[in-house]
Amino acid sequence: MATGNVTFRQDWCKGCGLCVAVCPKKIIFLDESITNRKGYHPATVKDMDQCIGCANCARMCPDSIITVERV
Amino acid sequence: MAIVYRRSKGLTDVETHYCPGCTHGIIHRLVAETLEELGVLGKTIGVAPVGCSVFAYDYFNCDMQEAAHGRAPAVATGIKRVLPDKVVFTYQGDGDLAAIGTGEITHAAMRGENITTIFVNNAIYGMTGGQMAPTTLVGQRATTAPLGRDKSHAGSPIRIAEMLATLDGAAYIERVTVTSPANVMKAKRAIKKAFELQLEGRGFTMIEVLSTCPTNWGLTPVKALEWLNENMIPVFPLGVYKDITKKEA
Ligand SMILES: Cc1ncc(C[n+]2csc(CCOP(=O)(O)OP(=O)(O)O)c2C)c(N)n1
Ligand code: SF4
Ligand code: SF4
Ligand code: SF4
Ligand SMILES: [Mg+2]
Repeated sequence: MATGNVTFRQDWCKGCGLCVAVCPKKIIFLDESITNRKGYHPATVKDMDQCIGCANCARMCPDSIITVERV
Repeated sequence: MAIVYRRSKGLTDVETHYCPGCTHGIIHRLVAETLEELGVLGKTIGVAPVGCSVFAYDYFNCDMQEAAHGRAPAVATGIKRVLPDKVVFTYQGDGDLAAIGTGEITHAAMRGENITTIFVNNAIYGMTGGQMAPTTLVGQRATTAPLGRDKSHAGSPIRIAEMLATLDGAAYIERVTVTSPANVMKAKRAIKKAFELQLEGRGFTMIEVLSTCPTNWGLTPVKALEWLNENMIPVFPLGVYKDITKKEA
């Protein structure tokens, strides 16, 4: 059961990967099937069920585009 | 569901021009969150520098003034003295603060101006394409030091936090970084403390934040964080260098 839920403002994502690197559950990846209007592959979560809502990803996002909710 | 993290109201709804993974963005957010949490967004005036953060005036959701290169502390001094009830801060890079603006920051600290400076040290001139800064590490490559900074003619890095801490006018000086979520939280506490002391009228406060420049360091954003941890922190140790509230305790 997920205790957290994250959303990304994907059209603002620069694909820097800092959120990917700090997720303790390793559930964030850069989605190569999407290219946003900036030309980057935006971050997304693969298996939201595993999210613990720790907000590590949001704390490291230089573009402040991650919202984290806790159940 | 309760929101545990969302974009701060202290930031405008504007995309930044910063390179992917540049930690200028994290530092902006920490200042924005602090101003929002202290409830002072409506009475804050920030002063932006020349450097990559030159457009900071578009990103902070408070009044902003642009200053000539290195002169932000002088401009902030004028603003604060005319409007002492406002919260006034400068946001400056190492080229801005520790090279062309060394005089302005030193004298603002000496006078004990009741302002807060956010000093973003990325050991390079980011905006202009990666020239050597006074903070560049010995051996670190820059476009103007292609074989690495040579101590024999370019000297060694200037340690601004340590230097300003010797001045009586400095109320609070701390060096932090933003290379991990834990460090980001520590940096936030430091920034908040600096602004709180300004609100109490205690004098000059500066938080030096070790920051990355993935583009000019030639590293990926994640590798840049590692490089900072391994190479910059030994030369620029983290910690509190001045805290006038400690004397009273
Ligand atoms: C009077 C003057 N001299 C030189 C410059 C060129 N210049 C622009 S930004 C900069 C240094 C920027 O480096 P830093 O302050 O470290 O900011 P960063 O881009 O690394 O965040 C220089 C030398 C200028 N704009 N004006
Ligand atoms: S909140 Fe924590 S667990 Fe969930 S995606 Fe972000 S870093 Fe991963
Ligand atoms: S940290 Fe932010 S900008 Fe970077 S990849 Fe993750 S969501 Fe995108
Ligand atoms: S040049 Fe360096 S400091 Fe400037 S935005 Fe790019 S990464 Fe950041
Ligand atoms: Mg710099």
